[in-house]
Amino acid sequence: MKAAASIQERYDRVLRIALPVVVLALGLLIWEAIVWIDKIPPYVLPGPRLILRTLIDDWELLSQSLVVTLATTIEGFLLAAFGGVGLAVLFNQSRLLEYSLYPYAVILQVTPIVAIAPLLLIYLPQPLAVLACAWIVAFFPVLANTTLGLHSVDRNLGDLFTLYGASRGQLLWYLKLPSALPYIIGGLRIAGGLSLIGAVVAEIAAGSAGAGSGLAYRIAESGYRLNIPRMFAALLLLSVAGIAIFYALSLLNYLALRRWHESALEQEA
Amino acid sequence: MPPATALQTSPLLLALHGVGKTFPNGTLALANLNFNLRRGEFLSLLGPSGCGKSTVLRIIAGLTAPSYGSVEWPDPSTHAGKSNRIGFVFQDPTLMPWASVFNNVSLPLVLNCMAAASIAGRVTTALDRVGLTKFAEAYPRELSGGMRMRVSIARALVTEPQLLLMDEPFAALDEITRFKLNNDLLQVWQATGTTVVFVTHSVFESVYLSSRILVMSARPGRIFTELAIDAPYPRDNNYGTSAEYAAFCRRTSAALAQAMAHDNMAGDNMAGDKTPGGRL
Repeated sequence: MKAAASIQERYDRVLRIALPVVVLALGLLIWEAIVWIDKIPPYVLPGPRLILRTLIDDWELLSQSLVVTLATTIEGFLLAAFGGVGLAVLFNQSRLLEYSLYPYAVILQVTPIVAIAPLLLIYLPQPLAVLACAWIVAFFPVLANTTLGLHSVDRNLGDLFTLYGASRGQLLWYLKLPSALPYIIGGLRIAGGLSLIGAVVAEIAAGSAGAGSGLAYRIAESGYRLNIPRMFAALLLLSVAGIAIFYALSLLNYLALRRWHESALEQEA
Repeated sequence: MPPATALQTSPLLLALHGVGKTFPNGTLALANLNFNLRRGEFLSLLGPSGCGKSTVLRIIAGLTAPSYGSVEWPDPSTHAGKSNRIGFVFQDPTLMPWASVFNNVSLPLVLNCMAAASIAGRVTTALDRVGLTKFAEAYPRELSGGMRMRVSIARALVTEPQLLLMDEPFAALDEITRFKLNNDLLQVWQATGTTVVFVTHSVFESVYLSSRILVMSARPGRIFTELAIDAPYPRDNNYGTSAEYAAFCRRTSAALAQAMAHDNMAGDNMAGDKTPGGRL
């Protein structure tokens, strides 16, 4: 019984990796075939092989853009992480501050970033505006999740800290922040993806007017020049960057929680 | 260890004077509670659910203020350093899941800003008392329920408290683990000479452990009667199977049954009263 179950499990795991790969290969094959059979010109739809070719040929240019976009994304993410956690902690310590500022954090969140970006680009130098966009979209999930986490403290543990006369700082450091950690990391995982989106939106909004050279700027620029293969190549790099950010944060989640939190326990089993 | 009767004359640790508690929702949890606690006693609060046993512990610990009445600590030195003079064991182990056993046990000392060097020694002693020395680096979820409860007890012991408050600590454990922990608890109590207030709804557990039992009745929670269990310590499984033990259990069961019958009558009288019972 047990051996059969473990074979079944292994089979499952192979399928989970193999099936998406097969689907990808099949999709690329059909794409390439259609482009080839219908003789679609590259400025309408380039085939996967041409996109790969472009990626290699334009690597110098594209890799520089990748670095610019990634740097903005990571800076925006870090600002959002520290800003979000920091503000949530302040809110937790001072109810007055929370009441005064929380509505504006919500407003910042619900106003579409695409609409804010052009304004920011008027008032801030372009790199700073892009960074601000990445920060604005990424910051709220961290704030909201951390706030929730700081309020989700086990009552008995809270009593225990009261019993031993814990100061506010001790309560925060030894109880509230560790309790909130799974929530904070959940927020960070959302923020990682969002800061990339924020950076891309701002670069696109800056468009040809900007002097930036991020990947999204490359996409816009290549669009104007009808360099469709390069658009696809830049898009591919953006996807890969997004996936890398996702897995990096999943790894953080695993490393931070694996010894104690149920969510990380499942991955281990 | 002195015989249980000698405890009746040891110095007073604390006294409850007319303590009552009404919850904000109008529930009368406790009414006019009076009792003395002497140093070195093992006192059990025995009663049905809803008689406010846990509330008594919380009031003694200072986690809840009584609505009226007072808790007196005759020795002011005890009261001054109260936060470190009380150990509390909850019904759940209430451990920090993100911290190792060592860090869980050292928590009260860390909160008290004790130097790391002296913390290590104290934690080791406390873990040794509950037989968990080898598990200092383990995390709570890697331990069984009984071991988690041991960690919780070690944490309560680490400040070397004068008073150990235990709120149905073994209620969620299986019978075998429970017996083992009962014995270990008695050993710890005798080794440390601490005073214990133990909340339980098990007649057998209270008779096995305690030097004195307060039988409580509910609606509102009050002390129904008091029983001295003057069997000598150390107690072990021989005591647990003795005729003496059986006799104490019979008397205690009868007292509890009376308390509950009383409670039912009171409940009938209060039918239509808006005060709901059965809280806690």
